Amino acid sequence: MSIWTFFVQHRGEILAATFEHLQLVVIAMAMAILIGVPLGLFLVHRKFLRTIALGIASILQTIPSLALFGFLIPIPFIGGIGKRTAIVALALYALLPILRNTYVGLTGIDPAVLESAEAMGMTNTQILLRVRFPLALAFILAGIRTATIITIGVATIAAAIGAGGLGTFIFRGVALVSDELLLAGAIPAALLAILADLLLGFLERRLRVS
Amino acid sequence: MNPKALTASENLIEFRDVFFSVHRGATGEIISGVSLAVPQGETLVLLGRSGSGKTTLLKLINGLLAPTRGEVLVQQRRTTDWNLIQLRRSIGYVIQDTGLFPHFTVAENVGLIPMLEKWENTRIAARVEELLQLVGLEPTEFAKRLPRELSGGQRQRVGVARALAVNPPILLMDEPFAALDPVTRTELKSEFSALARRLNKTIVFVTHDLREALYLASRIILLETGHIVASGSPQAFMQIDHPEVRAFAASLAVHPGA
Repeated sequence: MSIWTFFVQHRGEILAATFEHLQLVVIAMAMAILIGVPLGLFLVHRKFLRTIALGIASILQTIPSLALFGFLIPIPFIGGIGKRTAIVALALYALLPILRNTYVGLTGIDPAVLESAEAMGMTNTQILLRVRFPLALAFILAGIRTATIITIGVATIAAAIGAGGLGTFIFRGVALVSDELLLAGAIPAALLAILADLLLGFLERRLRVS
Repeated sequence: MNPKALTASENLIEFRDVFFSVHRGATGEIISGVSLAVPQGETLVLLGRSGSGKTTLLKLINGLLAPTRGEVLVQQRRTTDWNLIQLRRSIGYVIQDTGLFPHFTVAENVGLIPMLEKWENTRIAARVEELLQLVGLEPTEFAKRLPRELSGGQRQRVGVARALAVNPPILLMDEPFAALDPVTRTELKSEFSALARRLNKTIVFVTHDLREALYLASRIILLETGHIVASGSPQAFMQIDHPEVRAFAASLAVHPGA
């Protein structure tokens, strides 16, 4: 059976799995952005806390993804088998690129611009929200883009703890040594990643102020 | 020094035995025992080589830096007693790199402080138009442009307009024309000098260019390693017998190829 006919025959399941996959990624990314960006804003003027936060985020990212899923299972409330655990793990994974890019973007502003802003009598909050943040936006978006692509890939592993998504096909394909099943998971995941990359890359270019 | 300038009531800016060092302590002083007074309406030029402390003196006026010892008074009030936001909004600040906000249009750059001061939109728009005309930029052509769509000279004009936005009594200028080509620099210098006379602002202007100092100043103060070494009107200044004055005077001499 050719791959094409396999895809056509199972289009319903593949589509459902793709949607499920997308759901995991979108919710996890929303969480990571809602934590990472405000945290980055908060840490601009707090050097000590920043070192700690970036350190923790870096450590989280060094944990192999399958192990991170495993570690979370026994934790009450967020743990267990299923989507919730997977989303938390994915969000933790996505945190570092978002946090780091937010911080780098906010602090990498032309010193003359910051000096003018201060000398004009803008308060620290006004400088942060009206100068630093808009100028860092393209950078923050670049972090979100990196994190999204990583998350789309890592989310395939979430099937190992029963979260569903395109990983289900991949794990089945490995177990049954079936190329069709492997590709039914891998191709849509790759397409999602490419699509996300194009879309976010386009947004990023629109927001860049050079 | 002009004794009349020291009568406190008319001085907009005053330094009283000011010291400044980055790290507290006697070594590494950037400003050492500077006293000076700037009466209303004066254009004071701070002249000196790089590292002589000119920019530091400016930043002590608008509270970007605080004196290590001594006091700086603006409108008879110590800078350390001012609400820094209010102090800075009563002082225009123009720097060499302009520091225009790259994500704001010309109009938004100029209108930012009026907006933060909660002026009404129509008043802001009218003020922006007035200021752009004042600095020689046609509002219909330039108001909607971004800083990157301007030449160096145009950017600096916007910088001046922005500094004047809420009509501050004091204007601080840190080598505003230094990065411009010689022709544009000369144009802006003469326009600015006319503008300054008309607006009757108190201006402190930093430069390392004696020619510029002689052209703009009502008084020149020469700084060397954080000390005032000479002070006088442009005519008097050139007669002062001090090695650093002579060094600057020598820089005026025509050199081959110039």
